[in-house]
Amino acid sequence: MALRRMRNRAVPAETVPVIPTEVIDGGAIPDNDPLFALLLATGGPVEVDRITITSPALDEIRQQGIQLIVPLISQGELIGTLSLSRRLSEQPYSTDDRKLLAGLAGQVAPAIRVAQLVRQQEAQAKERERIEQELRVAALIQQTLLPKELPQLPGWNIEAYYQSARAVGGDFYDFIPLTEGRIGLVIGDVTDKGVPAALVMATTRSTLRSIATQHDDPGKVLALANESLVPEIPPAMFVTCLYGILNPETGDLVFANAGHNLPYVRSADGVRELRARGMPLGLMPGMVYEVNSAKLDLGETVLLTSDGIVEAHSADGEMFGFDRLMELVGKDQEEEDLISQVLEELRRFRPSDLEQEDDVTMVAIRRASSALESASAFGDEPGLISTFTYPSSSGNERRAMDEVADVVAGLGMNGDRLERLKTAVSETTMNAIEHGNHGDPAKLVGVDVLASTKRILVRIRDQGTAPVPAALIPNLEAKLAGEQGPRGWGLFLIEKMVDVMRTATNDGHHTVELEMSREGD
Amino acid sequence: MPGTKFTASVRKEASGSIIDLGGDIDRSAGVDLAAAYDDATGSGNGTDPVVLNFSQVDYINSTGIAVIVTLLAKARAEGRPLRAYGLSPHYEEIFQITRLSDFMSIHHNEPEALALT
Repeated sequence: MALRRMRNRAVPAETVPVIPTEVIDGGAIPDNDPLFALLLATGGPVEVDRITITSPALDEIRQQGIQLIVPLISQGELIGTLSLSRRLSEQPYSTDDRKLLAGLAGQVAPAIRVAQLVRQQEAQAKERERIEQELRVAALIQQTLLPKELPQLPGWNIEAYYQSARAVGGDFYDFIPLTEGRIGLVIGDVTDKGVPAALVMATTRSTLRSIATQHDDPGKVLALANESLVPEIPPAMFVTCLYGILNPETGDLVFANAGHNLPYVRSADGVRELRARGMPLGLMPGMVYEVNSAKLDLGETVLLTSDGIVEAHSADGEMFGFDRLMELVGKDQEEEDLISQVLEELRRFRPSDLEQEDDVTMVAIRRASSALESASAFGDEPGLISTFTYPSSSGNERRAMDEVADVVAGLGMNGDRLERLKTAVSETTMNAIEHGNHGDPAKLVGVDVLASTKRILVRIRDQGTAPVPAALIPNLEAKLAGEQGPRGWGLFLIEKMVDVMRTATNDGHHTVELEMSREGD
Repeated sequence: MPGTKFTASVRKEASGSIIDLGGDIDRSAGVDLAAAYDDATGSGNGTDPVVLNFSQVDYINSTGIAVIVTLLAKARAEGRPLRAYGLSPHYEEIFQITRLSDFMSIHHNEPEALALT
């Protein structure tokens, strides 16, 4: 007796039911073979000799000397056959034999069907797991390579948003520190999805990073990146990418574009596009990239985006589109959080039950209109407002004090609390000049002012290596009695003046951090 | 920007001497302040008080505190009261934090500082 299996559309080829070892695997009967329909129609045992149709499967069955075929049918589906060759007794199959076989087939068929379904589900679960695993790898590559921290530029608020689609596209963005405080801005999108896209993204990112630090011309950077990527990228893939160099002091942005979405600038007059022509990276060698420049004025925001926004679809299949995005950037100049505005509009446009088709990436770079605005945009986490450096010569503690005071007064601090912070800044800077840097004018003292909605921090850094001693309470009686020197008031005063004083020594620097709450100002 | 140069000039009144201070008080003020004190107390007058007028002082740092501590130690050794007026609220607070105000009385104005005997 031989059990044949049918190719069943619902069962992938590799997920055949378990077949007992004594059974001959005669191969499947294709579901377009006339025999398939015949067996399904008959429903019971069929004698091969009596079948009159022409069928390649039947020819094969005949060759194997099979006399009787018993279809296994479960829920109207032909899931296999029992094939019997000549009886050992050489006698034909009797009516009783057929009844017995029909009964057997009736019981076997559902059991085999169950086995098939279990196999099928196991296989699907495995496939799902494989796909999930690949998605995890792609997501991991992407998360590892996207910047962990946003750059802190005095007078600028930088925000980034990245939401991967389920299939993880190849979006990326990057900030590359350059000389003279300038910063390289990158946003890009690799065609394709999943691990291949993530790997191309990784290659593009590191290529741009190494080239960007060697050339000041963004067009040259993209051209060199293209030359290097063409042989690296699979033929069907390419990378769109915008590269710009921002000078935070002047607001000048010089940029080139390799086929990426145009950046938009939100300004007092509405919106403007930053255009520059160029082909995507990795397509063909010898590309040239147009370079243009723009100036970001106080209060202006430049928005860099990926395809995931303009190509998002509504329930009706309408695309979000460039016009809608541009219009959105152009209105509500009072609103500072452009990314949230775009996300909100996107949520309205695309129903939440519709799966996100592509990665959504945005980088918004806003030039603050004032120090107060910078601080409020930082929220609870203090961000850099101003930074100063001073040579270590006596008197510069007064400069530091006055310059920090100007910034902090701009943040709304005044009266007693401003005076206290001034004294603390002056004392700390004097310690940095005299003790940390030993009065060597070649050694610089760095002073950073940071602020959040709640706090103001002043960090004062010197090149000292010995830890800052703990502040002692000076013994005034002993000093007045001449038993101690008259000095030793600095650290004591600093601690008394500010809400919190912290000190840290590492990497050849001392840092003293002075913290004042902004409440009550 | 460097601060304002320290100045100290002495006025003698019937009930004591006044040293009018100006500019910044830091360690560089030490010599001039000591000279002014000697000038104020040089002609005898027993233990008449010396009054420091801070109303034209813009800035005092910790080395300036040390200069004042030195002066205060000298006055105490001589049994001479040292008094102060014209401090801004901020520096008055600093005189309290450093406890200088425990050893030199702080006054609102010159008549009040001189009246106390």
